[in-house]
Amino acid sequence: MEPAARNAGICPAKIGEILQKYSRRKDALVAILHDVQKEAGYLSEEALTEIASGLDVPVSRVYGVATFYTLFATKPKGEHIIRVCQDAPCHVLGAKAVIEALEKELGIPMGGTTSDGKFTLEYTSCLGVCGVAPAMMINEAVYGNLTPERIPLILKEYK
Amino acid sequence: MEFYRSHVLVCGGTPCVLEGCKGVRDALIAEVKRRGLDREVKVVETGCLGPCDLGPVIVVYPEGTLYQKVHVPDVPEIVEEHLLKGRVVTRLVGEGLQAGVVKYEEPTYLGVQERIVLRNCGVIDPESIEEYIARDGYRALAKCLTEMKPEEVIDAVKKSGLVGRGGAAFPTGLKWNFTARADADQKYILCNADEGEPGTFKDRLILEGDPHSILEGMAVAGYAVGADKGFIYVRGEYGLSIERLGKAIEQAKALGLLGPDIFGSGFSFDVEIRKGAGAYVCGEETALIESIEGNRGEPRIKPPYPGTEGLFGKPTVVNNVETIVNVPPILLNGPDWFRRFGTERCPGTKVFTLTGDINNKGLIEVPMGITLRRVIYEIGGGIPGGRGFKMAQTGGTSGGCLPKELLDVPMDYFTLPEHGSALGSGALLIMDDTHCIVDIAECFMRFFEHESCGKCTPCREGTARMRGIVGKIARGEGKPEDLDLLDELGSAMQVSSLCGLGQAAPVPIKTMLRYFRDEFESHINDRLCPTGTCGT
Repeated sequence: MEPAARNAGICPAKIGEILQKYSRRKDALVAILHDVQKEAGYLSEEALTEIASGLDVPVSRVYGVATFYTLFATKPKGEHIIRVCQDAPCHVLGAKAVIEALEKELGIPMGGTTSDGKFTLEYTSCLGVCGVAPAMMINEAVYGNLTPERIPLILKEYK
Repeated sequence: MEFYRSHVLVCGGTPCVLEGCKGVRDALIAEVKRRGLDREVKVVETGCLGPCDLGPVIVVYPEGTLYQKVHVPDVPEIVEEHLLKGRVVTRLVGEGLQAGVVKYEEPTYLGVQERIVLRNCGVIDPESIEEYIARDGYRALAKCLTEMKPEEVIDAVKKSGLVGRGGAAFPTGLKWNFTARADADQKYILCNADEGEPGTFKDRLILEGDPHSILEGMAVAGYAVGADKGFIYVRGEYGLSIERLGKAIEQAKALGLLGPDIFGSGFSFDVEIRKGAGAYVCGEETALIESIEGNRGEPRIKPPYPGTEGLFGKPTVVNNVETIVNVPPILLNGPDWFRRFGTERCPGTKVFTLTGDINNKGLIEVPMGITLRRVIYEIGGGIPGGRGFKMAQTGGTSGGCLPKELLDVPMDYFTLPEHGSALGSGALLIMDDTHCIVDIAECFMRFFEHESCGKCTPCREGTARMRGIVGKIARGEGKPEDLDLLDELGSAMQVSSLCGLGQAAPVPIKTMLRYFRDEFESHINDRLCPTGTCGT
């Protein structure tokens, strides 16, 4: 499994490369943040400052965009990010019990990261696979038709 | 060209992918080859076939036999029995749905359905432009560019009566006309594929199942309004959609169906994908534009409308995926053909996604104006476990909840609002009688509180206050006056919020207060949750 986040530092040269790929266009900021996060695992203060100076915009603007979207992280996260849906179609079909099973199995509350840095558990908005609700994503992989019993089996693949 | 006696279509939509359809496809290909049938039988991975909770789903043609929950160990039996000996493997066909063999075209699946938008979904290999072309793909574009003037294209769309399928139901032809008439050196076509309404996954499955139809529709729109550049804004979570769309763009460019001087007409059109980053509000057109421009996805004050001042300040047509996919067949077959489907006020079909307590979950396309009862009981196969119907939420979390008394109301963009609800994106969430109104209401408001962008006060404060009050009622701490307060707050948000998010957020609660007030009252007055869900 490809880990979603490496939490490694990112060198200014790599950021420069990404900015160059988008010709330093200010309107490409969302795409640039996607690329930098993919490279670095999360968007550190240093990375955001570097992007801001590279695009010649205030850091506040870059920070504002980075914190607006839920797929962007400004703090380090676990190696595997579990995003679980609790919106109405999943809620109706038992998301609550699935979430409790995840919290119990990982020993962390929603929003937490395991002490070994392996897993971060968070909510996501609707994943658009409601035909197989309840659903969650681990990194890029989607899981549906979840039951509390399936949770330990799925997590085993990532441990 | 090679001919095959049988085609095995393997659904490659996301719900089937996550149940393991790729392994099934590979096993089928290997087994067909091992049996020496590879010159007679072709295995094709398609877009969504519809019954998403039965995945992995495959259909064997020419018989049209639908096999459900097919896993790798089942493959040798299917190949030996069905493809070699011509005997249906009955243990894998629609158990309990119908006696005998379920065929894909039979009533449970396609009989009541009409397929305009999903004409190619589950029929062609979405990664093959040749298969799209073989199904009349890009013919509508050719017709427009070589036989029609831009104003004739707009006129045809106007006459068809097509209205926006993202939820707002604005007449598409009229929208195009605003942009066509605007005087500017640059115009844009923007396809809104930021599908985020809970319970909705139609755009995802169209993107995965028939990406070329979106490109063709956008190019037609570009020709009609005088735009040579299009953007598709796709949710960041939709990996497979982005991948297939990217391939489709490359293929279309390679054949000269996108790019400069298409069909030698002098008309040029390019499409670029933009990936979202997780924000429900970006489905609102001006927020989406802000996001493409590299900003926080906060809605703009309207007017000016995007039609005259949109992306980068230029006139921009913003259309939902489903709206755009309706365009090529309308141009090819004419507006009168399109008006044969649906109702007088609201022609055409609607793609719905069935979720919740219903036997057949998944993707369907039916004539506009169909009743909820027919969708639930004829196509959806009713409610599991023989339980009773309690309510259906139409249009996703921003739509209203309808009680059983309204099961026979025709579903279209004009009738549902008369009952306080909305057709919206076409999500249908069915809930049985084990669910508590207050618990579900809290779930809705939790969503809106989280997704409110915070720009305008009525939405930012209103969603939080409404959630707080509903939560209090669920905990058994509600007061009788809370119900009027909820209603009043909701009305204030509807008239004063900046965008559709805040205007629609109170809709579910308001319909629940209208149709299920007694259940709120028993939580408040008797401290009793009738279903035993809440901790009252």
